[in-house]
Amino acid sequence: MTATPTAPTPADALLAPVPDEDGAPFWEYAARGELRVQACTACGRLRFPPRPCCPHCRSFDSHWQPVDGRGRIWSYVRPHPPLLPAYAAHAPYTVVLVELADAPGIRLVGNLVASADAPLGSADPAAVRIGARVRAVFADCGGVTVPRWVPEKP
Amino acid sequence: MAATLKDATAIVGIGQTPFARRLPQSEKELACRAILAALDDAGIAPGEVDAFASYTMEETDEVEVAKAIGAGDATFFSRVGYGGGGSCATIGHLAAAIATGQASVGVAWRSRKRGSGPRPWTNTAVQLPTPGQWTRPFGLLRPADEIAMLARRYMHEYGATRDHLFNVAMACRNRANENPAAIMYERPLTREMYMTSRMVSEPLCLFDNCLETDGALACVVVSAARARDCRHRPVHVHAAAQGLPSQHHGMVNYWNDDPLSGPAWTAARHLWKRADFGPQDVDTAQIYDAFTPLVPLSLEGYGFCGRGEGGAFTEGGALETGGRLPINTGGGGLSEAYVHGFNLITEGVKQLRGTSTAQVPDARTCLVTAGEGVPTSAILLRA
Repeated sequence: MTATPTAPTPADALLAPVPDEDGAPFWEYAARGELRVQACTACGRLRFPPRPCCPHCRSFDSHWQPVDGRGRIWSYVRPHPPLLPAYAAHAPYTVVLVELADAPGIRLVGNLVASADAPLGSADPAAVRIGARVRAVFADCGGVTVPRWVPEKP
Repeated sequence: MAATLKDATAIVGIGQTPFARRLPQSEKELACRAILAALDDAGIAPGEVDAFASYTMEETDEVEVAKAIGAGDATFFSRVGYGGGGSCATIGHLAAAIATGQASVGVAWRSRKRGSGPRPWTNTAVQLPTPGQWTRPFGLLRPADEIAMLARRYMHEYGATRDHLFNVAMACRNRANENPAAIMYERPLTREMYMTSRMVSEPLCLFDNCLETDGALACVVVSAARARDCRHRPVHVHAAAQGLPSQHHGMVNYWNDDPLSGPAWTAARHLWKRADFGPQDVDTAQIYDAFTPLVPLSLEGYGFCGRGEGGAFTEGGALETGGRLPINTGGGGLSEAYVHGFNLITEGVKQLRGTSTAQVPDARTCLVTAGEGVPTSAILLRA
């Protein structure tokens, strides 16, 4: 896989990820609505962020393993301005670090929102807490599909 | 040749420019002024300088500095990575070069116009590819956001509170109020001001963040033998260490088994192994404070208290003058100046010379640390 060239992000838009060679598959699967994590083909261990070889067994063979997209909030922040203009417009919003339920130790940074396409600041701050269950949804971000997180329905 | 760095070299000169939100001079001019002031402080001619050490995000390189100050032929130069994590490593690299005969007179410096210039995090073109692709699209844009994520978890896991973070901010501000060179000189901080200030990245408020500063500082390092002939009492480089933990990932160290035991722990293990004394013997510490939570994390990493006890350690005035561990006695990055931690090194030297504006009586030992959260470095200084 090669890096996907991305047009410069307009100043008033949210930043789109600029994938590198190792990370590109993550974004390609996300575009299909799939959350996948890099896995070592030799020893089976998952790793994140993606990289060329396995830090456990040093194999260069890897594949992308689906995960079920459920997790718990490990930590979170609420940024306030000064921020880049597109983010300042939504502030304060909630950035969460989600620990995946079926891949312990793998934690993904994302946004907690009310629903997939709701604005960045749409999550109810009173509902945000460490340990809360969340699940992945997918949203368009400047032409790139990114995972976002919504509270898991009880 | 020395088999150890232990007291083989000393810092014999320190220099600095004024600190301000905006200074008219260029970074190059500020660097030259600080370096020449440090050489003058040491009583060493610029033509004797043969070693340079700096760290990344420094805009002034050794070629420009050497040419401008009229240095001699340089035989050693190094530039340490990871911005604020490299401050103390510059002294460690010079000490190693001089102790092993690769050079004889070294200068380390930091020049910065962060107060005047744009904030580095606004440069999206540079910061969006790896590793930024995993964080920045989601609005984790600034170092404050990245550290706040760890701070929130730390507070949750160990019961640390905003009052503990306030204790850090307060100790730094109190020392700055005694230091006429500090940007926050004569600007007291109160608990009410702290608790009602605007949020930057919850749970971090305005006063949990360092100052945007213009300014430059420098140090001169020579052998311990040469140091005896210099103008001031030598401040020996007793030990030095760097720390890049296994599976570490820049400032968003969220994928380790244990993100709350960061680079400080790695650097500390080597540092204490190479020292004749331990944390209990440290008279004062200058702890990298770009953000208040870095202080309790570092107190734990460097062994001043146990895991999870960093918040409680700040209680009862422990970090103040006369307390268990007076820290950041010039005011630190939070209240003197944020010059990527280099002012913590020069303040450590002042303490061991006995010339600090918040002098710890008879201080003989000082720990200085570089940025925590990024690959880091630390030095132990001894009078």
